[in-house]
Amino acid sequence: MQEEFVFSGFGGQGVMFLGQLLAYAAMDEGLEVTWIPSYGPEMRGGTAHCTVVIADQPIGSPIVRNPKTAVVFNLPSFEKYESLVKPDGLIAINSALIEDKCTRTDINALEVPATSLAEEVGSVRVANIVMLGALLTALPVIPIERVKAALEGHLPKHRRNLLEINFSALARGAEYVNAMG
Amino acid sequence: MPVDKDVGVNDTMAKQMLKGNIAIAEAALRAGLEAYFGYPITPQTELLEHLSKRMVDEGRVFLQAESEVAAINMVYGAASTGARVMTSSSSPGISLMQEGMSYIAGSELPVVIVDVMRGGPGLGNILPAQGDYFQVTRSAGHGDFHPIVLAPASVQEAIDFTVLAFDLAEKYRHMVIIAADGQIGQMMEPAELPEMKPINKVRPDWALTGANGRGKRIITSIYLSGEEMETFNQKIQDRLVEIKLNEQRWAELYTDDCVLLVIGYGTAGRIARSAVEAAREKGLKVGLLRPQTLYPFPDDRISELADYTEGCLVVEMNAGQMVDDVRLAVGGQIPVSFYGRMGGIVPLPDEILEAIEDTYEKLTIHTPK
Repeated sequence: MQEEFVFSGFGGQGVMFLGQLLAYAAMDEGLEVTWIPSYGPEMRGGTAHCTVVIADQPIGSPIVRNPKTAVVFNLPSFEKYESLVKPDGLIAINSALIEDKCTRTDINALEVPATSLAEEVGSVRVANIVMLGALLTALPVIPIERVKAALEGHLPKHRRNLLEINFSALARGAEYVNAMG
Repeated sequence: MPVDKDVGVNDTMAKQMLKGNIAIAEAALRAGLEAYFGYPITPQTELLEHLSKRMVDEGRVFLQAESEVAAINMVYGAASTGARVMTSSSSPGISLMQEGMSYIAGSELPVVIVDVMRGGPGLGNILPAQGDYFQVTRSAGHGDFHPIVLAPASVQEAIDFTVLAFDLAEKYRHMVIIAADGQIGQMMEPAELPEMKPINKVRPDWALTGANGRGKRIITSIYLSGEEMETFNQKIQDRLVEIKLNEQRWAELYTDDCVLLVIGYGTAGRIARSAVEAAREKGLKVGLLRPQTLYPFPDDRISELADYTEGCLVVEMNAGQMVDDVRLAVGGQIPVSFYGRMGGIVPLPDEILEAIEDTYEKLTIHTPK
């Protein structure tokens, strides 16, 4: 088993943390995992991405040309990764900010208005976590309970007050995908 | 990203998700690092940042110098007292340190230096590269010497080699360089840190500890007479022979029946593993050897493997540097091919697989067995 994820969006949308959270959950699940950021000379407002590889065997390359899954939060990321996802793979699209539709028929598209759902939950800043709840419901590689445990275990002390809203965000994302049927 | 900062606090879990730079820093601290001197440069700055807090927490010395030149000379001074000391930098910063490194080598001081290599020459860029292979193995400074060079390919190896680096440095009274690259520095993986080791307060018999009640000791790299200099040069060379005998390290995969041997170190070696696995799935008899010490180079084992393989493919993130060492090791027994990417571009498994297939095809045509 090997799953590859690229998380991409504007700096500030929380894609790096999102990837780390998934990586923590995968580690706690007893799996092999690598997390690697794009760390070019980037700045707030620019596009940032990270790659997470999860496997049940030792991981060779922590970077991939064609990920099985791309999770995109803004239009430049969608334009970059739509063509790169492996056939039969998945592209998860923050449809609140990306109006374009996936035109490929050989991959699955999961449209989640993560930014809007995050506002419903109480803060636009948890759009990343909403998306993770949605992603792990559509693609259950790691139980969402593991992510909750990872949030509890790895959020620094001065951010513990945000646990509840993050839990709500995970639930909202999961609920949205379940409602899609 | 506040998650990075949890390291060192969470001692209860066996494995932690660690970024390479932070893992090296924390491992050094736990191995009994007494003093760190450095200057920030991407992609290794988290190493310095982590120590700036942790060393102070532990009541040890952390000093951000005014430049790399100052930092390496502070390392020189502190190492003269027999303390465990370290500095870290990335390619252009290592260039600045080379004069000091040569003085340290000439003074036989057990110093650990971390080079998180980036694209070059010049200011280059901050992306992962292996363009400093010659610099760290051949020309870490003027004069006749080679440091011991360790090349980690994962966060766990970065930790293990940091601990090993101090042990080797002190065992041989010799400089050790950890040659990582931007990808090892920036990547996070689950890894296990060593237990915190108490600082060794017993100083070696050459250390400058104040000559109260004993004869004087001198740490110097100056030998004005040719005869004395040559005697000292020979001492270094004798030690290097011993190091070559004892310390060649490498990892192997599928070498039992391989027709083509792929050789790569650090990030390139790790990515080559994915390509080798893919080649095996296609039925190609391909093996992998990943040098863990770049100096001493594992040439005994490579020479041995050359006896029963048909060819080598060397993969590096440069224009071809280690490939020279492979050629020396195989001594013309088998053909040696090369695949490399430059500029901080990391080769992907599919490119390496293509290079493997190309090389493999030529081998089976030209050297049927």
